[in-house]
Amino acid sequence: MYRYDEFDDRFVRERVASFRSQVERRLSGALTEDEFKPLRLQNGLYLQLHAYMLRVAIPYGTLNSPQMLQLAMIAERWDKGYGHFTTRQNIQFNWPKLQDVPAILEALADVGMHAIQTSGNCIRNVTADHFAGAAADEIEDPRPTAEILRQWSSGHPEFAFLPRKFKIAVTGSPNDRAVTKAHDIGLRMVRNAAGEPGYEVIVGGGLGRTPMIGKVIREFLPKADLLAYLESVLRVYNLYGRRDNKYKARIKILVHESKLETIRAEVEAEFERLMAEEAGPTRALSAAEVARIEAYFAPPAFDDLPDSDAGLEAALAADQDFRAWVKTNIVAHRQSGYRIVTVSIKPIGKAPGDASADQMRALADIAERYSLGELRVSHEQNIVLPHVRAADLPEVFACLQKADLATANIGLITDIIACPGMDYCALATARSIPVAQDIANHFNSPALAAEIGKLQIKISGCINACGHHHVGHIGILGLEKGGIESYQITLGGDATETTAIGERAGPGFAYDEVVPAVRRLVDAYLALRTDANETFLQTYRRLGAAPFKAALYPADIGGSGSGAGGGWPKAKAGPSLSASAQVQQAAHSQYVFYHF
Amino acid sequence: MSKTPALQVVTANDLLNGDVVFLSSGGCWRRELQHATLVRTSGDADFLMAQAAQHEAYVVGPYLAEVTQDDAGRLEPVHYRERIRTLGPSNRPDLGRQAEGLAEVAHVPL
Amino acid sequence: MPIVTDSGFVFADETDALLSLDAMLSGGGDPAGGLEIANDTDPRDLVPHFEAVGLIAVTFPNFADGRGFSLARRLRALGYKGRLRAKGHVISDQYPMARACGFDEVEIDETLAARQPEQHWLAVATRSGHALQARA
Repeated sequence: MYRYDEFDDRFVRERVASFRSQVERRLSGALTEDEFKPLRLQNGLYLQLHAYMLRVAIPYGTLNSPQMLQLAMIAERWDKGYGHFTTRQNIQFNWPKLQDVPAILEALADVGMHAIQTSGNCIRNVTADHFAGAAADEIEDPRPTAEILRQWSSGHPEFAFLPRKFKIAVTGSPNDRAVTKAHDIGLRMVRNAAGEPGYEVIVGGGLGRTPMIGKVIREFLPKADLLAYLESVLRVYNLYGRRDNKYKARIKILVHESKLETIRAEVEAEFERLMAEEAGPTRALSAAEVARIEAYFAPPAFDDLPDSDAGLEAALAADQDFRAWVKTNIVAHRQSGYRIVTVSIKPIGKAPGDASADQMRALADIAERYSLGELRVSHEQNIVLPHVRAADLPEVFACLQKADLATANIGLITDIIACPGMDYCALATARSIPVAQDIANHFNSPALAAEIGKLQIKISGCINACGHHHVGHIGILGLEKGGIESYQITLGGDATETTAIGERAGPGFAYDEVVPAVRRLVDAYLALRTDANETFLQTYRRLGAAPFKAALYPADIGGSGSGAGGGWPKAKAGPSLSASAQVQQAAHSQYVFYHF
Repeated sequence: MSKTPALQVVTANDLLNGDVVFLSSGGCWRRELQHATLVRTSGDADFLMAQAAQHEAYVVGPYLAEVTQDDAGRLEPVHYRERIRTLGPSNRPDLGRQAEGLAEVAHVPL
Repeated sequence: MPIVTDSGFVFADETDALLSLDAMLSGGGDPAGGLEIANDTDPRDLVPHFEAVGLIAVTFPNFADGRGFSLARRLRALGYKGRLRAKGHVISDQYPMARACGFDEVEIDETLAARQPEQHWLAVATRSGHALQARA
């Protein structure tokens, strides 16, 4: 994997010094809060409900054992002993203090990490397929491209104050695990008729308030032209993107309002100008530079092994738990005798994506011993051990069990994506984590989860859709209605290469009606599917939304106020009643909540 | 238990540690909701918000939040967002001010 | 009004002489003393005047509006070789960005200069800031 050279090291150290100075100048009054805010955001620092939050970049989700150990150290020394892995392959610390942040950034720099551009109206941390370099279906490794983009976009002088944030994702496999069609720019590594490597460039995708599937702006972009072309897209966006309304400021709105053809023509014209320029910072990407970066991602020293292993087979035959875990959490590796292990950070009933410092250390140790020192963070908020020998799987499983990380639920109903929601986030309109916990607790029987099969539930606590609810098979969006939490359900979303935006099912549900509603959907699916091989999404696509909507809103539930007519029973107007409704709701759940 | 509607307090986050704070008597910012200065009229609200705006060196993003007061004088936030903000994450009772016993602070009339 | 350069603040009174784009295009003055343009100006309109213009000042209505950076890059790409100034709400942390995008200098008002004095700008004037692009 990539290792910082002196340029990277100088760059991140300089940024730490800059941020230290910015904090000092904020305290002295030289910078107003309005001026300081975008500067701190571009260094990953938010101010959330209870505290600051630092979002650390894990570029294209790749990290090594020493880096994971350092994250554990940071969690313990400057935070509250845990971190939260996010849907953008980052990690967030929820409780840092402003004056400690320069020291945290320094500690990150010590292991070749940073928090640069994990927020703000700039080019964000570039994401990629979390199985890159290991996947059996990979055409080309997307990580060199993602690293080139990281270097190009980090501290880019022209694009630090864009109309809005800008997200880029790269995939090198036909099976898209990077959700490239839901990014401002998605890059799919392809080859042209002559067999030359390049990219299909997708623009204007995104979730959020106005979900849109990206459109192909360039069918084939030669590799050498990557930076000049992206610079052209960004320049056109920076100049013409809307700045009058933050909800209409993403490039998807520019593409939608100005039409793809217009934007394409503008970009191509800009691209031509750039290529004609005598001396610009970008121009063509030299083959030497590409080769230099690619060398970092050369395949590790795999052993020459038979694909099957007698010890593994014996363990599979002997241990039912192990068998279940292998079935759900292991996928094929490109190298014979190796497997890709996905470690679930969704133990039943725990906050999705939260890992304690102890768990991070356990993961670092397991990766060091069994995965050539490498780990990945997936946008599904799980951790991947990319290069595990098949023969080592029983030991890896035993180690994970000790760390409470052996949950066998990858891709199943309890492997829920959830944003932090209102338990942490200043933008949230409702809670997400407790909803995920309640659903996971309800479906905690492994047999039931296995019977249900592949089913992705994705939960967002506001319209910004960090929990990707639009592309969940079942999406849940938490909103506020009349002073209480209200959850909208969408159906049929798809985050893969057959990307689809889920359809809104109908009126929202009160907090404690979400689990029963999901249960009704699942029961309907189990009754409707042709056989156990037909997944929820397949059944939905075959039958459409109608039978699922009928299950969600049966006529005989909830009395007069229920169903498509008027939504679920609402608390009457007035603060005291809505508060008591909340107390009642708290009594339903396991959480100590509204007591003063 | 009767509650008086339309009571407000001014809340913000501490610039240095990000902690939730409330504008209290003498223009001090305190962590305890029970110490917050109560706002009953729009004139009071304007006055306190103007005062808060002068405190950019100490706090970030001051705004008005609605509270109720029971017969014993205890203040409670109305909106669930403010309840979570005042207590800590609802899924982690071991974290935030709910874990510090801050809820035990008695109301001090202002 | 202070003008920030790599060597610090320069105080000049030439700013009054800046011509608006409309005035120049309607022949209402000599652009040799300088031209002031908004950040949504189409730079292609200026190409015929590049030789005659002594200075182009691009206004920054707010530091968070980054259009000026791209406009500067476009002006340079179109062949403008004269002095280029960022004028308005530009904060000291943005100075290296402005320089990297083709600006020669930054003009700020007295209030901002009082808040962000010369040493703040000098502290970042030599910062590469974009070392990674420089390598690639």
